[in-house]
Amino acid sequence: MNWLLVAIVALTSSLGDALQTLGMKLHGEIHDFRPGALVGVLRRLVRSWHLGLSLLLLAVSFGAFLLLLSIADLSFAVPATAVEYVSTTLLARYLLGEKVNWRRWTGAGLVACGVVLLAL
Amino acid sequence: MGRLRWKTRVFATLVVLANVLGNFFLSLGLRHRAAASSWLEALTSPWVFLGVSVLVFWMLCRLALLSWADLSWVVPVTASGYALTALMGKLFLGEHISAARWAGIILITLGVLLVRTTSIRTTRPYRRSGGLP
Repeated sequence: MNWLLVAIVALTSSLGDALQTLGMKLHGEIHDFRPGALVGVLRRLVRSWHLGLSLLLLAVSFGAFLLLLSIADLSFAVPATAVEYVSTTLLARYLLGEKVNWRRWTGAGLVACGVVLLAL
Repeated sequence: MGRLRWKTRVFATLVVLANVLGNFFLSLGLRHRAAASSWLEALTSPWVFLGVSVLVFWMLCRLALLSWADLSWVVPVTASGYALTALMGKLFLGEHISAARWAGIILITLGVLLVRTTSIRTTRPYRRSGGLP
């Protein structure tokens, strides 16, 4: 049950992040940081289904994490969800088509191990 | 490329700082509140309001960053917030950092530095800046 929840937390949060990235990339790079232009960006984003679905997935992820905390120790829950760094990098590579070279893989792996050690 | 690097550096810093500060303010507002009545009270606490506002700002900055940077770049690089939180706990709250946690801080820092040597964007823009279809 614990590991099932870890899988749900990692998958929904990675998928939510990937959808958010897709929505932002479809919108295009933000160049203009004047308040009026930023309000325009927000208006367009609210109408994009990518962002809405990503927020829903992140909410499911948060709910599953709270459920995990209620049945498992914090020292299990936080290190176990560091697997998110790996699943997000996988989705970025295979769903978004980003080029993940060995330095990026190693870096993401080091960060994931560091998060595990910090939480122990 | 110069402008992209500059903009990315500013936004990555904002994302990390807003995440650390937002969580810090929230924990100040929610600390020692176990009873239901004090939870309701917490919602009106200025620290909780400040924390939530800073976290909304965090999310908007992260969205802006993701409009040009790779997800596989943003996620590891902004994890430096974990290391910063631990260091802030030691500096401002006098928390003890064990050998394992120091090792964690060092691994995160090395990982962030390594990912930062890779290019910020590796995908072609889907379309020029503008509205969604």
